[in-house]
Amino acid sequence: MDALPALPVALPLLVAAVLVGLAPVCPRRVADSAALATAAVVTVLCLVLLADSLDGPVVYWFGGWTPREGIALGVAFTVDTVGAAVATLAGVLATAALTFSWRIFEAVRTLHHGLMLVFLAGIVGFCLSGDLFNMFVFYELFSVAAYALAGYRTTDPGSVRGALNFAITNSVGAILVLGGIALLYGRTGALNLAQLGEALAGRPADRLVVVAFLLLMVGFFVKAAVVPFHFWLADAYALAPTVVGVLFAGVVSELGLYAVVRVYWTVFSSPLDRVEGLRGVLLLGAVTTALVGGAMCLLQHHLSRMLAYATVSHVGLTLAGFALLGPAGVGGAVLYLVADGMVKGSLFISVGIVDHHLRDVDERRLAGRGRHLPWLGALMVAGALGLAGVPPFGTFLGKALMEEAALETGHPWLIGLFVAVAALTSAALLRATGRVFLGLGSRARAAGAPRSPDEAALRHPHVHATQALPAVLLLAGALALGLAPRLATEAEDAAGQFTDRPAYAAAVLEGTRDPAPPAGPHLPIQLAAPALWAAVSALGGLGLALAALMPDRLPTRLRAGARAWRPAADLLRGLHTGNLGDSVTWLVVGMAGFGTLLAVVLR
Amino acid sequence: MTPALRRRVFLVAAAVAGALLVWGLTGLPDYGVYAGPYGDVLNQVAVAERKAANVVAAVTFDYRGIDTMGEEFILFAAVLGVAILLRAQRDETEQPPDEDAADRHAPGTSNAVRVVGLALLGPVVLFGIYVVTHGHLSPGGGFQGGVVLATGALLVYLSGEYVTLRRVSPELLTDLAESTGAAGYVAVGLVGVAAGATFLANVLPLGQPGMLLSAGTIPVLNLVVGLEVAGGFVLLLYEFLEQTLVIRRPGEVT
Amino acid sequence: MRHLPYMVAAWLLLIGLYGVVTSRNLVHTITCLSVAQSSTYILLLSVGFERGGTAPIFLDVPVGTKAVDPVVGALTLTDIVVGATVSALLLALAVQADKHHGSLDPERLGKAQDD
Repeated sequence: MDALPALPVALPLLVAAVLVGLAPVCPRRVADSAALATAAVVTVLCLVLLADSLDGPVVYWFGGWTPREGIALGVAFTVDTVGAAVATLAGVLATAALTFSWRIFEAVRTLHHGLMLVFLAGIVGFCLSGDLFNMFVFYELFSVAAYALAGYRTTDPGSVRGALNFAITNSVGAILVLGGIALLYGRTGALNLAQLGEALAGRPADRLVVVAFLLLMVGFFVKAAVVPFHFWLADAYALAPTVVGVLFAGVVSELGLYAVVRVYWTVFSSPLDRVEGLRGVLLLGAVTTALVGGAMCLLQHHLSRMLAYATVSHVGLTLAGFALLGPAGVGGAVLYLVADGMVKGSLFISVGIVDHHLRDVDERRLAGRGRHLPWLGALMVAGALGLAGVPPFGTFLGKALMEEAALETGHPWLIGLFVAVAALTSAALLRATGRVFLGLGSRARAAGAPRSPDEAALRHPHVHATQALPAVLLLAGALALGLAPRLATEAEDAAGQFTDRPAYAAAVLEGTRDPAPPAGPHLPIQLAAPALWAAVSALGGLGLALAALMPDRLPTRLRAGARAWRPAADLLRGLHTGNLGDSVTWLVVGMAGFGTLLAVVLR
Repeated sequence: MTPALRRRVFLVAAAVAGALLVWGLTGLPDYGVYAGPYGDVLNQVAVAERKAANVVAAVTFDYRGIDTMGEEFILFAAVLGVAILLRAQRDETEQPPDEDAADRHAPGTSNAVRVVGLALLGPVVLFGIYVVTHGHLSPGGGFQGGVVLATGALLVYLSGEYVTLRRVSPELLTDLAESTGAAGYVAVGLVGVAAGATFLANVLPLGQPGMLLSAGTIPVLNLVVGLEVAGGFVLLLYEFLEQTLVIRRPGEVT
Repeated sequence: MRHLPYMVAAWLLLIGLYGVVTSRNLVHTITCLSVAQSSTYILLLSVGFERGGTAPIFLDVPVGTKAVDPVVGALTLTDIVVGATVSALLLALAVQADKHHGSLDPERLGKAQDD
């Protein structure tokens, strides 16, 4: 059907408006089913778009305004494989989240369903759009929905503070994005991505182009939570209800990265031709983010905050793949992004189940109480392995592609980063799982009689299928991605299409749709070395987790060594105050820092 | 960081960032010189093609109509968010506004304010409707007119007639108005699809520029947006006023 | 003089951010955020200005008269709506903060949760 690209956005918005309008008379079950059905339909539509776009971008001009002589008059959705893939991920996560919340979420009439659908519509529109200002509009759409959803538990004081920090810091980021858009428009008089690229092509980067890229990059990096723009994330993501946290951790942060690479490859790839320098700046951001996120993740005992920092560190890893500025890196990063999103979604749902049934999310207080939910523990261990990028998870495949790209571009040390960070995040999860489900490493009370009738009920919690199934299926999805036969080649093809600016511009402005020339014979990807690295990660994670759980068994020297890290850990913790003024100050510091680096490197 | 340290760090960073911004901004064309093609092309063709005299309205509701749909739903989501955030907590009870008015010892509204406020109500509402319906012909449109209409409700509150306002324009009705506005926009877009064109295509007869019934779907979209914006802002008003006037924690007096 | 409006926009952004960073009252913070947002309105409208151009409304003037850019007008309209709605949402959060903390001071909203 011709209007297919518009439907995944129009449909959830329409259903949201209807649900809210009918709020007084709409029974809860009907609203639940409608929202869930809509999310499922959106997922299917995005999958169809994904299939359609394999041959080349699908371009849809709203209102029928096709471009004239290379000038775009209207707004276009330019659906390519990468955009459709991220949109599908959003759909899958939303469906899982709405299934999970079927029984347990206290909705305010149908307002919550409306917000979730608007949230989904915003994300999908953002991924499919081919116009810079239109991207901004959808960006604000899902952001506003996110601010409202994050502050949902208004009785919880921390939730309000986190939501304020979230909203204000991200709004500043949006202001910067709009500044970048204004600069580009002032120079080129265009808002369409392809047209912008054509207008800037062939000319060297002057100060306006550099600053426009800086503003767009910093603004989107705030959403992506790249260091030092990440201080808002942990409070907001951890204190939001699970159903929203699934989407936040699974796809929203990655959207910031998606935006930067999309804008880079369609608009800036021609003028910003000092690739080596730019690569260095982006890698600096990636490494800092990955390490800070990983370290903070390890220092957390609150399960949701742990996952929030794991999100930050994996954003760093994904950015590293994108930072290599080539099709191989992009392909691996996108694959990693999708699989990792599903793993994190599954973990967030598992934590949600723990929260709902055991009424707590602090691993120290939960010690041993998960004994009666062994399958949940196994699920979380599987999730931790997915985070570590162990085969046959999709994360392994994505990481393998990124590692290969790192070798190709002469940055072999990146492999060390991937190994170390994966070990850190999986160690935190494994340690928490060991403590909660096996009672390891705690001076917990012995497994004896329950202290209260309440606890007796908690002994054999009945977890309904609607809660458990989404977590299981998401992990299964991540596994399926790793096992799919030609996914690596597909990812590379998609990345080739994504990074080909002239072909994109031709498809959008002239409507030509030549299938991308086959990118040469694909060498079968070497999986042996990456598998070795993944094993090192997993073992490292396991080792760290056990060391944390049973420090008495460690030789004295190791223990002293561990203690030497304490001042650094305290400093790191001290920096993350959750204070609004601090977050915004670090934002400006980051802007100044990245700006100076870019100005030096790109001119 | 301590507040003093934070201020110093910020000032240094802002100085550097500001310098970079200024450096980049000087790359723009001079103020008053518009080089780009987009605006010029639209100024030439929009009136002829869309029979809308107001080119900004044509851009907002036709050429870039999907942007406006997103923007409309941003307003929708924000109103939804405010409603959720300010809902009555479980340990609070709602006190009906007329009882509360009896309890209050605040000075009543002066007669001058009341008379002028209520006298202005009619003209303001009329003006709002005018701005909404004439968006394609003169400056204005759904957003601007919708806000003007919402200020009518604010005038009623300022005149001390909040209770009457709630009775005349109950939350139910405003809710419905807002949702109809939002859904209506998408529906108009889908009409384009149903008519075989693209989403948000302008498929109604275009008429002559300068006539009230011209420019196809543009006045329809103006109406729909006006409805949604007016409903949305009145709902915002209700939510905030309800927090201060109606909702009481147990034990709280005023 | 050629770039003065752009510099005004940059100044508004920085002064607004300064207000956000040093604020001791949430309502003040939100207002400063609005100031920062208004910098984008100014930047957009200045970029589209055509000296000697009239408004792009061709009811009384013939098509072809020099007019300013209509696109930035539409963009700024969208921007203003977005800014207003975000402010509303933030103010609702501020109301909740006041209710649960009894204070509107961002410093007093509590340290990050101990992990």
